Parts: sequence; C-alpha cells; structure tokens
Amino acid sequence: MAKTIIEIENLSKIYRLGEVGTGTLSHDLERWWKMNVLGQEDPYAKVGTINDRTQKAVKGEHVAALRDINLEVKEGEVLGIIGKNGAGKSTLLKILSRVTSPTTGTVKVKGRMASLLEVGTGFHPEMTGRENIYMNGTIMGMRKWEIDKKLDEIVEFAGVAKYLDTPVKRYSSGMTVRLGFAIAAHLEPEILIVDEVLAVGDAEFQKKAVGKMQDVSHEQGRTVLFVSHNMSAVKSLCQRGAVLSNGQLIYINTANSAIDQYINSSDKIMNYVDGFIDLKYAREKLYFAKVFKRLRILDKTNSPCEIFPLLSYMRIEVELENTENYIDADYCVAILTMDGQWMTSSATWMYSKEKKKAYDRVILEIPSVKFSPGRYRIYLSMTYHCAGAYIDRIESAANFYIESCDPFKSGREFTSDCGFVIPEGEVCLL
Amino acid sequence: MMTDYDLIIRPKRHAFDIDLKEIWNYRDLLSMFVKRDVITIYKQTVLGPVWFFLQPIMTTVVYIVIFGNIAKISTDGVPMILFYLAGVVMWNYFSEAFNTTAKTFNENANIFGKVYFPRLIMPLSKVVSGLIKFGIQITFFLLVYAYFLISGNQTVQPNYTLLLLPVYILIMAGLGLGSGIIFTSLTTKYRDLTFLLTFGIQLLMYATPVIYPLSTIAEGSRMRMLILANPLTPLVEGFKYAFLGQGYFSWAGLLYSALFTGILLMTGVVIFHRTERNFIDTV
Repeated sequence: MAKTIIEIENLSKIYRLGEVGTGTLSHDLERWWKMNVLGQEDPYAKVGTINDRTQKAVKGEHVAALRDINLEVKEGEVLGIIGKNGAGKSTLLKILSRVTSPTTGTVKVKGRMASLLEVGTGFHPEMTGRENIYMNGTIMGMRKWEIDKKLDEIVEFAGVAKYLDTPVKRYSSGMTVRLGFAIAAHLEPEILIVDEVLAVGDAEFQKKAVGKMQDVSHEQGRTVLFVSHNMSAVKSLCQRGAVLSNGQLIYINTANSAIDQYINSSDKIMNYVDGFIDLKYAREKLYFAKVFKRLRILDKTNSPCEIFPLLSYMRIEVELENTENYIDADYCVAILTMDGQWMTSSATWMYSKEKKKAYDRVILEIPSVKFSPGRYRIYLSMTYHCAGAYIDRIESAANFYIESCDPFKSGREFTSDCGFVIPEGEVCLL
Repeated sequence: MMTDYDLIIRPKRHAFDIDLKEIWNYRDLLSMFVKRDVITIYKQTVLGPVWFFLQPIMTTVVYIVIFGNIAKISTDGVPMILFYLAGVVMWNYFSEAFNTTAKTFNENANIFGKVYFPRLIMPLSKVVSGLIKFGIQITFFLLVYAYFLISGNQTVQPNYTLLLLPVYILIMAGLGLGSGIIFTSLTTKYRDLTFLLTFGIQLLMYATPVIYPLSTIAEGSRMRMLILANPLTPLVEGFKYAFLGQGYFSWAGLLYSALFTGILLMTGVVIFHRTERNFIDTV
C-alpha cells in the first residue's frame, strides 16, 4: 500500500464577514478577554455556520469557509478537487500552501511541497527573462544552484530562448505565462498543488502543460492536488476526486464518480414561486443591474416542466425587471452542458431588429429539442451592444433534463453515446 | 503506521517558534530580492544610480541653507557640509529601513497571498538593500571627508571610536527593522497607522540630533533627557564623534541603544510572526 503523504485532520477555517474595521478593536479585546483571562472558548468561533452564500451576510458574522475536512492523500496519487465557486477550494489550497493558517485542525505533509496558485509570482516587468527565472524560482523555494542546473530546460520548455535577456515587460502575456509555468514545472517537488493555471495560455500550451503534469504524476510518481472547474482536465488527469460543497467535503471517490456527484449536486433544488423559478440567488457575481427576475421552462401544454423527451417542444421564458436604463442592450439565452460546454445559444444581436422600449420578457422557443439525453443548464446574459461589458449574467439559471426516447420507432433509443445532437436528416442506403 | 512528517500545518505556533534554519535555506531568495530592489529602483530614470548621490547632496544643501544659514543652528565648529552630510547619511539609512520594512505586508499582499516563504525574508532584504544604498552614500561622505582631511582642516579629528562604525550600522539596521516589522504588523488590521508613518518618522528625526548637535541642548534639561532616551541619539552622535571629533560618545549610551534594539527586534519578530499566519485574511 502506498504511503500517506498528506494527512488533513479536522481542518476548519473561519472568516469574519462584513467590513473589518470599525468594531474590530472591541471585538478583539472581548475575544482576548474571554479566551485568555476567563479561559473560555473563542466567542466568535461558534458563530461559524455552514457557508451558504445564498443567505444574506450579517455584518460581523463569522462563517466557516472550511468545516472539519478530513482527507488523506497517498503517494503518487493525483487528486482532483472540485466544487462550486465559494465551496472552499481556494481556502483549502491557501492553507495547504501555507499562505494562511487554519482556525482548527492540522495538516501533516511528508516531503517537499510546492504550490502553484499563480504562475510567475514575483515576476518583475523591468527584469529580464533570465533574472525573473531566478526570482520566481527562489520564491518557490528553489536554491540558486538548482536553477542553474535547470535553466536550459526551463528556457526550452517555455520557448523563450531568444528573449532571455529582454525585460519581461516586452513579453506577450502568453510568453509570460509559459515562462511562469516552465519554472513551476521544473520545481520537482514531491507534492505539487495546482490551481487552474491551465485556464491560461493557448491550446498548444495547455496541452503541453497537461502533458507535463501527467509526466510528473505518472512517470515520476509524484503527488498532485489539482483544483479546477475544467471537468475534462480533471477527468484526464486525476484518479481520485473530492467534492467540496459549502466548506464541507461531501464526497471522495474515483475522479469520474466525483464528477458525476458534483454535477448532480450542483443542480440545486429549483425554487418555484408562482410557477416561476426565482433567480434572486442564482447569480455567482453581481454586475450592473439585476435584470433577470424569474424564469420558467414550459412544454407544449404551457405548463412548467423540467424533463423533456427528445424532439419535444420547449419554451424558455425569462421575466425582466429594471430594464428602463438599458433600452438597446442585447440579450442572450444559451444552453450548456453541466460541465460548461456551450450546446447552443441565441442572442438578440444575431438579428437586426430595432429595440425601442424597455422589454419585459425574453423568450427562447425551440420547436424540437435535438440535444442528446442528459442534463443541461440555462445561461442568461445581458450585454451592451453584443460584446464587452455585462449588465447582468447568470451562469446557471435553471436546468432541465432531456430524456432519451425512440424517435425512429426501431426499438433503439438515441442516447448520449450516439452524439451530441440528433441529426436533421438520416442515413439511407442506395 | 508511524510516519514522521516534514511539515505540520497547525493553527497556532509558539510565539518563539522561529525557524532560523528555514530563513537560512531561503538565503538565495533574500539575495534575489536585494538584486531586484537594486536593479529596478532607478529603471526608466535618466540619471540612474546617480540618484543615490544626489539625494543626500540635495538634502544636505537644503539643511545648510535652512538650518545652517537661516536658523543659524550651531554645528559645533564642524564644517556645515560634513556635519549635515554625516547626519543625513546615517539618518537616511534608518528611515529607509524603517519606511520600507513598515510596508512589508501591505505592499506584498499579492506575493504573500500566492506563495509561502519565510516572510521575514522580505523585510530583511529591504534592510540589506538599504545597506547597499547606505554604502554608496557613505562612500560619498568619505570622499568629502577626505577632501577636508587633506586640505588640513583642523576642526575635523577622527578618533579610535571609528572602529565602532560597524556596530553603529548594525544597531541602526536593527532599529529600523525592529520598528518597521512592528509597524507593518499593526497596520494589517488597523490601517490608520499608515497615515502616522510619514509624520512619525519626521518627528523622530527632530528628536534625533541630525540637524543640531546634542551639545546645543542644555545639560540636565527635560529636552536633553528626552533626546537621550531616543536610542538613535548615541548612534548619530557617536558617528559624528568618530569622524568629526565633535559630538557625544558614551559606552552607556551605546549599550542602551544595543539593548533597546535587542528588545525591539525580539518583540518585532514575535509580533510579525503572529501576524504573518493570518494577515492575508485581513489585509
């Protein structure tokens, strides 16, 4: 059996909500008085409830970003950590990389650990590529002689040999990222912690980066903790997966089943009010205005529905509010797979229709749904003039399920194995 | 299964649990930070490192005009340029060390939020890069000084306490570092203090015999007690005494400075250590 290389026990982290400023001194004093003089427990630690972001934050309340995490990572294992925004992934990473310390619990680590929360930390734009390699390398804990030894490899991997003595400010952003990743990839720690760095760089480089990480884990038998929203990267890299939700570790198993679990857990129970799904708490981020008010998905009988047979009629209706100031804005309704692939989208800027007034509704009508069976989510956005700034955006407004059926009456169903969409035409033999 | 772990992350560390070995292991990083400071500070300036000289010259000229000629503050018969330059060079090192280390947490929140290394490396590197600047400035002072010596100016008399120069510099560095890291630790939570920094350093300069000799303050007066209580006083006065032969030197004063610095540094390191664990959540 492989050795345990990271052992996390009862790890919790409590944050204080609201402004840190007025009142903290008195809180500090109270806390100090109760803990050190009266010998009581931390009076503020108890307030930490489950980190449910849909509830409004009470000012000064303490919230547990992580709660009683217990986790063991074995040597040579590649563990993917997935979860929604705010589930506690970054907090966990920060604690593991010792950027911040936990409120309770311990983490025991065997071997040298390097974390990549960002590539190119400490890069100074005025310094040359070479100087920055040394700068960044030493920040990550390398010794100068180690970098001397690996300099050529790093330069080759990043593909910046020609510009080695040019200040980094003259580099393109892609080159800077490549250089940063190249340094990190040559750190050779026993444990590597990676946070979505793959989201940057061009496709070719991403492939190279994933390849390098695979090398690190498979061939050199190192341990990798990988945090990502990119399910396909998690699928291809990781053997095991852990799902975080509201600061708690809710599931740990093989990567594939963890991804399934994540996808299923992320379809939140939709909140129906008067037959509509309320969008008040659906936003992950706030933009200029809260325009999308509520939404419903209707079937051909005009009743709300979440499960649609393949090739059936579907109508998505979104009610708007606060649109008065944004008369000529563009709206987009899109349908995405649960792991974020865009299946299709329809937007007002695709059609040259003049917009004159403040509208009340956006409607997307699909006479015949042709997506392969599975779960999909609805994405809504409102932008200024087809591109650029968002006025409002909801990544995951609601979701629905497409059921497989036997469209050709042949006794065989069209399933997701048959492809993403069912074709308009059909094969025939001549 | 018994395994001995290399690293244990836990909520609270002991106040004096300072891993000097770890800091030593990161010495290459320290030298990289110093290098970065030195090569980037005057990038995109026309005069570049010449500014290292120009800064003290300009300050000295201003002091000569204002304090020497307009306010007519005595310099104990020492040529004005040497008197002020000595004060400025010494003072600059302290204020530079204090000023730069006092911003450790707020200015490096970005890096500190992304990667771990012993945080003390950062203020230490500032003190060292300040030392390089100080080295250049004191060379300039020595040139001017040599000119006065060679031209046979009778008022300038170096003496054996010159041997104490490294001690003065060391204590000066310690004072700057100590006060800087205490300051930066406090500012992570209570930002108000940053507003006091500039003012505080200025005030401190007037409480240190930089632009006036200690001898102008009446013996036994309250003012003199106050100035003598300032641990910087024995250093600046001692420096002037060593080179110029005019000033105040006492072993007791030096010992006081050294002790003060030792305590300040220890307090500073403990507070700094407490802050670094969680500052990223409050900054």
